[in-house]
Amino acid sequence: MRFAPRQLALALAITLAAGTAAAAGKTLIFCSEGSPAGFDPARYTTSTDFDASAETVFNRLSEFEPGSTKVRPGLAEKWSVSADGLTYTFNLRKGVKFHTTAYFKPTRDFNADDAVFTLQRLIDKNLPFNKAAPAEYSYATDMGLDTNIVAVSKLDPYTVQVKLKAVDAAFIQNLAMSFASVQSAEYAEQLLKAGKANMINVEPVGTGPFVFKSYQKDAAIRFEANPGYWRKDEVKLDKLIFAITPDASVRYQKLQKNECQVMAYPRPADLKAMQANPQLAVASQAGFNEGWIAYNVKHKPLDKLEVRQALDMAINKKAIIDAVYQGAGQLATNPMPPTQWSFNKTLKDAPLDVAKAKSLLAKAGVGNGFEITLWAMPVQRPYNPNAKLMAEMIQADWAKIGVKAKIVTYEWGEYIKRSKGGEHDAMTIGWTGDNGDPDNWLGVNLGCEAVGGNNYSQWCDKKFDDLVVKARSLSNQAERTKLYEQAQVVFKEQVPFTPIAHSTVYVPMRKEVTGYKISPFGLTSFYGVGLK
Amino acid sequence: MFTFILRRLAVVIPTFLGITVLAFALIHLIPGDPVLVMVGERKLDPEFYKAAMTRLGLDQPLYLQYWHYLTGMLHGNLGESIVTHEPVLSEFLKLFPATLELSICAMIFATVFGLAAGVIAATRRGTVLDHGVMGAALTGYSMPIFWWGLILIIVFSVNLGWTPVSGRIDLEFDIAPRTGLMLIDTLLAHDLDAFKSAVMHLILPSIVLGTIPLAVIARMTRSAMLEVLREDYIRTARAKGLSPVRIVLVHALRNALMPVVTVIGLQVGTMLAGAVLTETIFSWPGIGKWLIDSISRRDYPVVQGGILLVATLIILVNLLVDVLYGVINPRIRHAR
Repeated sequence: MRFAPRQLALALAITLAAGTAAAAGKTLIFCSEGSPAGFDPARYTTSTDFDASAETVFNRLSEFEPGSTKVRPGLAEKWSVSADGLTYTFNLRKGVKFHTTAYFKPTRDFNADDAVFTLQRLIDKNLPFNKAAPAEYSYATDMGLDTNIVAVSKLDPYTVQVKLKAVDAAFIQNLAMSFASVQSAEYAEQLLKAGKANMINVEPVGTGPFVFKSYQKDAAIRFEANPGYWRKDEVKLDKLIFAITPDASVRYQKLQKNECQVMAYPRPADLKAMQANPQLAVASQAGFNEGWIAYNVKHKPLDKLEVRQALDMAINKKAIIDAVYQGAGQLATNPMPPTQWSFNKTLKDAPLDVAKAKSLLAKAGVGNGFEITLWAMPVQRPYNPNAKLMAEMIQADWAKIGVKAKIVTYEWGEYIKRSKGGEHDAMTIGWTGDNGDPDNWLGVNLGCEAVGGNNYSQWCDKKFDDLVVKARSLSNQAERTKLYEQAQVVFKEQVPFTPIAHSTVYVPMRKEVTGYKISPFGLTSFYGVGLK
Repeated sequence: MFTFILRRLAVVIPTFLGITVLAFALIHLIPGDPVLVMVGERKLDPEFYKAAMTRLGLDQPLYLQYWHYLTGMLHGNLGESIVTHEPVLSEFLKLFPATLELSICAMIFATVFGLAAGVIAATRRGTVLDHGVMGAALTGYSMPIFWWGLILIIVFSVNLGWTPVSGRIDLEFDIAPRTGLMLIDTLLAHDLDAFKSAVMHLILPSIVLGTIPLAVIARMTRSAMLEVLREDYIRTARAKGLSPVRIVLVHALRNALMPVVTVIGLQVGTMLAGAVLTETIFSWPGIGKWLIDSISRRDYPVVQGGILLVATLIILVNLLVDVLYGVINPRIRHAR
């Protein structure tokens, strides 16, 4: 578009004459850390993507209670499971409306067609919609949904049945995850007819607390409250704006100036000043994550239990928590965080003991020490804010018992690829829980099936695996808890990895913000959040 | 003049082809691929991986991928982003006005203050003022952009409260993008408050982005002015009794401008490189941040297309400078 100077001058003159004021209302601005890759949650895996779509625009059949790993009914009012644990029947909520936007006007309420479309899209590559908008649904694949769901059918307009191939005790939790957000089949049909199926990733339509209004890449995402939201008490704002602010220091300055009211991911170094600021409040919670040192048990001499025990007891975890996590971490003992149900409270770490570690090495026949590689992640993760520093500190600890560790690092994609292939001796890695189920820790990171995948220790212990596989097939939580507790005892005896720490999650906000709850899954959601 | 432009264009074509090869090769040389980066530490099913690579055309030999990229480009198709599935050109066009607006303001700041500083230093040669101005220019040139940006934010935004911290406009204003240039869009929306907000948001990023070019322009102006001021015709002008201001501004500066124009042209490249950092500090939604994000996500089409578009811009600006230079100085135009 071209504008002559005269037109511009005229526009300026009219502007000066008019001088309109901006509308206010109850608007909350959230300083987010980055731009989402898109608005179709099924395609993505990171919280930056989920916060901007799943947590605002959408609902799921089952959902996590705000600030908790407990599941509550979502768009499914209730569900039942068959005796063999293979068939789930969902009774859907009535009277739920999809958002009316400039690009879509729904003609009907949410019903079984939407639930069926949502699940089928994840499992059926030949669905016409998937052919028109090809995409990878990697999270659903990761959680095994694409292979485990064998059929999804509509029994009546408000009842849906899902049949599984194998029992999956965490199935309901999996459906509560962001990637399983419920899409409108009617909207998808409209897009498909218009030949614009991919717009599902650009202009989202859901049933959630906020209606998508606009997105300016790397600048802002705007939402308006959903006036007819079915959980009335969970929408207390008129507008919600994500101010995309990639630098943590700048986010903090904006928060101080009240240019935003909640900010994501503060720098640990800023926390003290934030806590001392009378205008700010800093919410915190033990993170649902864990960083650890994985030992490749297929490599000599790490195949020997005594060697792993010696390396484990030579690590000064307290010093790591102070230096790497800058005090914002909790010492980890088990292969899961203490907030995960089935956490075995009786387990204790071996005390830091250099002399004993040396004697264990001598017993294993490597009393004169040995050389290994210690891989350091090239990226910062919630469970490990500085892997290089952690590796350097462990290198120094191991040197005291005669183990010479050579620190190695690769580009992140390459790091993962090579370590899954088992090229490392020892490595820094970790995990953030997906769905609040113990299997998401023990099965995913230590099960025999995960060797060559996320089991970076390449450790396959029959006793441990039998317990985890059995627990996965049960639906009684008490029974499962017993089995998982036993599995953690086996883990502690065999030391396939050394748990280091769970980082604490901090969310700084203005004092005027009410009702904010930290998601254990590292998401940022504004259910029930208001402004004084 | 026409042959002169043709000669310049003949150099541009191989440069352009070289850039396509470089952009393609560099991004493919970095380890990792878009699917690996997307999955991260999560489980990666080999079949899923294979299917994804096939769908993205990344299972083909590199020379074939390059060929598709080159032929697509010649047909005006730069491909679509692997991550957002949007055409690269349309993403570029959405973000480029922000970078353009910031670069123009930074360049105006750098040129005005750079020329003034250079002229002052040259006319007061050897004095405290000269040393002070040139010392400040050297400091500006050596300043790490990230640090400089944060210092300005802390002083002017947080402590004094004069300017906003970051962004292009206060978020209470929802200005629909028409030209993409916020100053113009706010005027077209007849919203004075929004216009003021856009101006205030431009001040700090323009200073940060313009600091290095300002230092370069100041130093170049000073040395060019010193040379011109020694010329005989300046002495003649002085002897004729012309006012010192007229001698400096009309007779000396005009002739000293020639090398300065070249330097200003060359600063466009520096500015686009500096924009990457400035845009990150000030959350400025331009192409610098877009390219950085695409590299970390291994979004090949965006990196290749983005680099190509930016390089084309720099080539065009340099071509324009060459042509301008030819206009100003006929000796260049006729040189073989």
